[in-house]
Amino acid sequence: MTLGTLQADFRDWLATGSDRAAARFAPDAQAGLLVYQNNHRAALLDCLAESFPNTEKWLGSENFHACAAFHIDTCAPDSWSLDHYAESFPKSLAVQWPDDPAVAELAALELGLAETFVGHDAAPLQVAALGSIDWDRAMLKWVPTARLLPLRTNAPAIWSAHTSAQDIPMPCLMPQVTTVLIWRQAHIACFRTLDSLESEFARRLLDGMRFDALCRELACALGEAEGVRTAGGWLGRWVADGLVDHSVAA
Amino acid sequence: MPLPTFSGFGLGLRKPHYAEFLETAVPVDFVEVISENFMVAGGRPRHILRQVRERHPVALHGVSLSVGSAHGLDPDYLTRLRALADEIEPLFVSDHLSWSRAPGFNSHDLLPLPYNAEALETVCVNLARAQDALGRQLLMENPSSYMTYPQSDMSEWEFLRTVADRTGCGLLLDVNNIHVSAINHGLDPIAYVAGLPLDRVRQIHLAGHSQGETLLIDTHDQPVAPAVWALFAHVMALVGPVAVMIERDDNIPPLAELLAELDQARAFASRRMAA
Repeated sequence: MTLGTLQADFRDWLATGSDRAAARFAPDAQAGLLVYQNNHRAALLDCLAESFPNTEKWLGSENFHACAAFHIDTCAPDSWSLDHYAESFPKSLAVQWPDDPAVAELAALELGLAETFVGHDAAPLQVAALGSIDWDRAMLKWVPTARLLPLRTNAPAIWSAHTSAQDIPMPCLMPQVTTVLIWRQAHIACFRTLDSLESEFARRLLDGMRFDALCRELACALGEAEGVRTAGGWLGRWVADGLVDHSVAA
Repeated sequence: MPLPTFSGFGLGLRKPHYAEFLETAVPVDFVEVISENFMVAGGRPRHILRQVRERHPVALHGVSLSVGSAHGLDPDYLTRLRALADEIEPLFVSDHLSWSRAPGFNSHDLLPLPYNAEALETVCVNLARAQDALGRQLLMENPSSYMTYPQSDMSEWEFLRTVADRTGCGLLLDVNNIHVSAINHGLDPIAYVAGLPLDRVRQIHLAGHSQGETLLIDTHDQPVAPAVWALFAHVMALVGPVAVMIERDDNIPPLAELLAELDQARAFASRRMAA
């Protein structure tokens, strides 16, 4: 038996735990095989529990562990990083809870926050630097951790209630898809829900829209005065929140 | 290139103790971190590691190199580890004599290798490639194990000796792992130690274990056991300058308890070396 064959057999044992896979190993190895499989599954379970604490609270420990076990049975880890194993869990929850989309969306929000927590560092634009920027030519560059997450449910409210020990709201579908903006400020992963107008322009800015074009379109949509006021308000909040990279391209 | 040497006593840096390491003068000579926990793009983990590095030498200890994989190493892993090592300038970079990677699969456990010529060739080729990619020599740690293979035709210490001879790597000797494997497989731990190239040992791990149903399990969730202290004292009389540390990964006690345990290590080491 080659080393590659032996390792493929071991992989099959860890992935399936089947008697057939175990039978490829010597009788005196069986107790040890159980230890390795227990370690393998425990590492994946710990990863999911650490990555999705509010999803576990929401589902309850027993349900969460059943979902995690299903995921471990159906999705093999394939990355050197254990953290990467969390990436596929929200989709697995969507399959397991088709009638309760808030479960998968709560997990997607937690995943977004976790990924933002260890995303690329950046130096945000400071409020004091705003005056030196040529706004007719400026292209805002958002910090690399900024991302938009479209959601159909009130998962953000459920997340917030779990985090602040408030009454947990009933899960519900929102009247329309909402967009959550996720980013990191001062080593803390943050999010807030955008209204539909800010959501639309935030997406276009992330795609490379220039700030003067944003102002013109807002003026067309809202009128000159309201458009300028809205653009200024957004910019002030984005800068205060540490969302705009210091390298505002002209 | 000669292996670097360092003599001192340290601890594994774990989350519950971050604040004390950043805000107080913790009496350790170095800290060890799990490399993969810091092989991220940025954010708080890297920020904390940079701050700790300003205060202490740091050893990088990996669990995902998979040096025994028949299908080779992951280039992305090596690139990220190189970037981390270049920034941190670690005391040592280490990983385990084990495998975890197969096509389409990556276990997050340290899986055992058969000790035979094919596995030896695989480990030596992979390790040489890793050392080239990282631009530094690695320390290989002896694993704890819960099974052996009929395909093995040499002992673990013979295997480690040959790997060290052929690749120039150093050894990270985990004394608890020797004890666990010796009990599980009916080996003589003194003969194990005697068979190693002790001049290549640069770091020593001490840890606790637990009794499983039929096997000892390397759980790192208990204080160091008396039998492991005794073996440690034996080892310290045989090795040169070495970085000794206590690994605790679960059931983590207050830092003061670990520092007291580290004082025990210092006492065992000084008594044995004086004798």
